[in-house]
Amino acid sequence: MPRSNGELVFDAPWQGRAFAMAIGLVDALGLRWEEFRNRLVAEIDAAPDRPYYESWLAALERLVADLQRGHQGLRGTPAHGSGMVGRFEGTGGSENCMSGRG
Amino acid sequence: MTEPAHHHAPPSPIEQRVAALEQLLTEKGLVTSEFIDGVVSLYENDIGPLNGAKVVARAWVDPDYRQRLLTDGTAAIAELGFGGPEGGHLVVVDNTDTVHNVVVCTLCSCYPWPVLGLPPVWYKAPPYRARMVREPRAVLRELGAEVPADVEIRVWDSSAEVRYMVLPQRPAGTGDLTEDELVGLVTRDAMIGVARP
Repeated sequence: MPRSNGELVFDAPWQGRAFAMAIGLVDALGLRWEEFRNRLVAEIDAAPDRPYYESWLAALERLVADLQRGHQGLRGTPAHGSGMVGRFEGTGGSENCMSGRG
Repeated sequence: MTEPAHHHAPPSPIEQRVAALEQLLTEKGLVTSEFIDGVVSLYENDIGPLNGAKVVARAWVDPDYRQRLLTDGTAAIAELGFGGPEGGHLVVVDNTDTVHNVVVCTLCSCYPWPVLGLPPVWYKAPPYRARMVREPRAVLRELGAEVPADVEIRVWDSSAEVRYMVLPQRPAGTGDLTEDELVGLVTRDAMIGVARP
């Protein structure tokens, strides 16, 4: 089992929730996983010594911010319908969620 | 929203950021707290290296399965009921007497979740990610996997699409073990390629 060697999958509950939200968000919007992964790579590159899940969280926040700004290239797949992405458009007022990179 | 259940300290800044995201995404109907709980539970309890160990043991006892596994990893692990995120394009690479395989993701943390679960901290850390492609033999030695000089080391850097798993060699002297007993011999580190059973 995952913990049989004594390692924790998540060190703290927030890590698991940030992990699950990335999966859920990408799935709900029909995005390619690359849309999240590219941002994760960029966050890791920007702060190589930052703890991994802090970079994960920063990438998730960046993805949400890009969706709120109607970022070009973030399109849903036909099966999911691009209408889901529209749930973010015109909601730029939620900046308070994005404040602080920790 | 969640708060630490083990004490009553106020949420840390990071916990506040996560909670704010969860509130935003749930209000938009994009995720539910139940979904989040379920995913966390799945990866804490159900999806882990035991899956990969079963795949390896099956390949050790069934040569036809081994061939299918090496031909199409995603389809082969699905035969055992394994699949899902980060497993859409799984490639299994087999160790032989002359080749030792090891997997890394130099840019982030790409890892074959359906068979190994989530990666360990060291796999995601800068030293492993940078050094494994530059000096694999030395890093493997430091991790306790002494690879003989006449054995070629192949380092597989997970790309945007492909996820890799190593099929270790079956240890000598295990011919009389059952498939279930073989499962117990397969370690997570061997399937990453940083251990040689």
